[in-house]
Amino acid sequence: MAKAVETQNLEMAKSARRVPQEEWYLPGHRTCQGCGPALTYKLVSKATGGDSIFLGPTGCMYVANTSYLCSPWAYPWMHTQITNAGAVASGIEAAYQVLIRKGKYKGKLPNIVCMAGDGGSIDIGLQAMSGMMYRGHDALFIMYDNESYANTGIQTSPATPYGANTTFTPPGKAIPEGKVLFPKDACQLVIGGHPAVHYVATASLAYPVDLINKVRKALNYKGPTFVHIHSPCPKGWLFDAKKTVEVAKLAIETGMWVNYEWENGEYTYQHTPKEYKPVAGYMKGQQRFAHLTDAHIAKMQAFIDAKLKAPGIPVALPVQGPRES
Amino acid sequence: MSGKDVFYQGNEACAEGALYAGCRFFAGYPITPSTEVAEFLARRLPTVGGAFIQMEDEIAAMAAIIGASLVGKKSLTSTSGPGFSLKMENLGFACLTEVPCVIVNVMRGGPSTGLPTGPSQSDVMQARWGTHGDHPAIALAPDSVQEIFTETVRAFNISERLRTPVILLTDEIIGHMRERITIPPEGELEIWERPRPTVPPDQYKPYDISEGIIPPMADFGSGYRYHVTGLNHDETGFPTNNPSLVQPEEERLMAKVTENLDLIQKYEYFEKPKARIGIVSFGSSARSSRAAIRMAEEEGIKVDFLRLITLWPFPTDAAVQMADKVDMIIVPEMNLGQMIEEVQRSIAGKAETVGVNRVDGDPITPTQILDRIREVA
Repeated sequence: MAKAVETQNLEMAKSARRVPQEEWYLPGHRTCQGCGPALTYKLVSKATGGDSIFLGPTGCMYVANTSYLCSPWAYPWMHTQITNAGAVASGIEAAYQVLIRKGKYKGKLPNIVCMAGDGGSIDIGLQAMSGMMYRGHDALFIMYDNESYANTGIQTSPATPYGANTTFTPPGKAIPEGKVLFPKDACQLVIGGHPAVHYVATASLAYPVDLINKVRKALNYKGPTFVHIHSPCPKGWLFDAKKTVEVAKLAIETGMWVNYEWENGEYTYQHTPKEYKPVAGYMKGQQRFAHLTDAHIAKMQAFIDAKLKAPGIPVALPVQGPRES
Repeated sequence: MSGKDVFYQGNEACAEGALYAGCRFFAGYPITPSTEVAEFLARRLPTVGGAFIQMEDEIAAMAAIIGASLVGKKSLTSTSGPGFSLKMENLGFACLTEVPCVIVNVMRGGPSTGLPTGPSQSDVMQARWGTHGDHPAIALAPDSVQEIFTETVRAFNISERLRTPVILLTDEIIGHMRERITIPPEGELEIWERPRPTVPPDQYKPYDISEGIIPPMADFGSGYRYHVTGLNHDETGFPTNNPSLVQPEEERLMAKVTENLDLIQKYEYFEKPKARIGIVSFGSSARSSRAAIRMAEEEGIKVDFLRLITLWPFPTDAAVQMADKVDMIIVPEMNLGQMIEEVQRSIAGKAETVGVNRVDGDPITPTQILDRIREVA
């Protein structure tokens, strides 16, 4: 990959007041009330600005956004098949590199952004995403994570937490937990296996300025980058639609979600609570976990405790163990 | 014994039919409008000791049912257009390795993402020729919720007996439509099993055809050495590119279908005395055709009706029977003219043909077909 190409140099937003007024993700879609991924899209779009090309593999943020003969995006946007956002991004980026090298395109390389759901990132879309990361294309892959295949009516994905009730993991006599597996770690897949990647971050829609700056930082890096964004889904997780941000915050406070950056091998952490709250508080607020027993919740607590103590993820303060209750 | 009456969606009837046929393994991936097949089996399979797994994609789902079937379990996957495309490579693999399995394609508008919630019958030719290379193809197309149940059972039976994949082609209309159906009591419908070896392991050859063209199939890991490959192979299962071995093996794969037409082909022929017009249709378009024929009769126009239940292998004799009698054959289908070409090929000019075609995501209406009948009457 030729490295002479000049990419965008986006400024960091110092506060919410300094975030651009312009919207690039506009009204005119039919996402659900309280949709987390839609809010994520709005914030990501503010971060990238209009000099961008967005690729949207099949998912909620494709279907629910493109109904009624219109779309909410003010920049060029393309639906890719759910298997292959990373591959299409690779083609677009490589073509720009050729045009720029030959002097047929004079501007800076546009921000090339894949906006993929959890399925389009680390399930059916994993192969193409990994290929883009491996070959070193100068593009950003965002995984907006609503922890399910929501577009087809809430089926489990590799990002769905243990114990969630989805239509493909229904709890019953034979399988009381519903979902028995623990999720894949998207960022560690990217970090661990792709030498061309130098920036990976997690973000949450509950911390918009942090989210915007991580997207901008990722875009300023040359080469492939990955940002994983926690985007609660009221319909799939079954909580009150007005509580999307609250649920996202609670995820951080319980350790269900950790905001961090990984830059050239170094981890830095954001929004680490002084003391983690028990995960039960997070899980009991969502009907998808309503069928779980205390033993199941303790299993989740143990998983989160182990994850927070894992190498590479320093814990600010001692973490609470599983609760007796 | 009487059966159990239920008010089922077509996709649920398909899942129930699979359980009735002895299916105990499902691998799939969510896709509209077929997701309910998987949702139903996600609830039911664990209660009968079966396995339901959600796979990472459509390719993996097809691969997983091949693996499960090799171990000896009757296996099912369900999908729709884009997923059906992804399954094509492994569909050919199952044909060549002779692994029984059933694939349900609840057809929606295409190409590409197309009309995810709209019906279509555009995958007729893909069901025949979608995977590369010369290969046998069996596709069944029920037209009601009850028939989805019985044809799913039949799909498993044919697949097991002939050791070849069978495709069930339904569409968004009958997949999502609800009708009262009767689930027959256990034992009422015949259930067939694949041929299994009777020789001891040291005498077993996986593609031995000394007893007939369907070689007995040992369960993987049951003590019988069994080499499975997507390369052309001889009776031992090991790869060969010896032309004198490849040609007869390829011909045998096709002969499994052509020598068992009685087993596979199913259709209904409704004859009217002195009719000069005929209709050939299938699936949900057959429902509109039936209504159109009634309406035409009220106007004094008699129309013969050939409803195809088996699409592949195409029931050529039935089409010829119609062409020998009528002057004009109308072929209503929710595509831009796929089955009509097969009708034309079969009848070789013995009658005129004309289509009624629709690909806008709405069903073909009886009135549309009636208009065509009036035009040609």
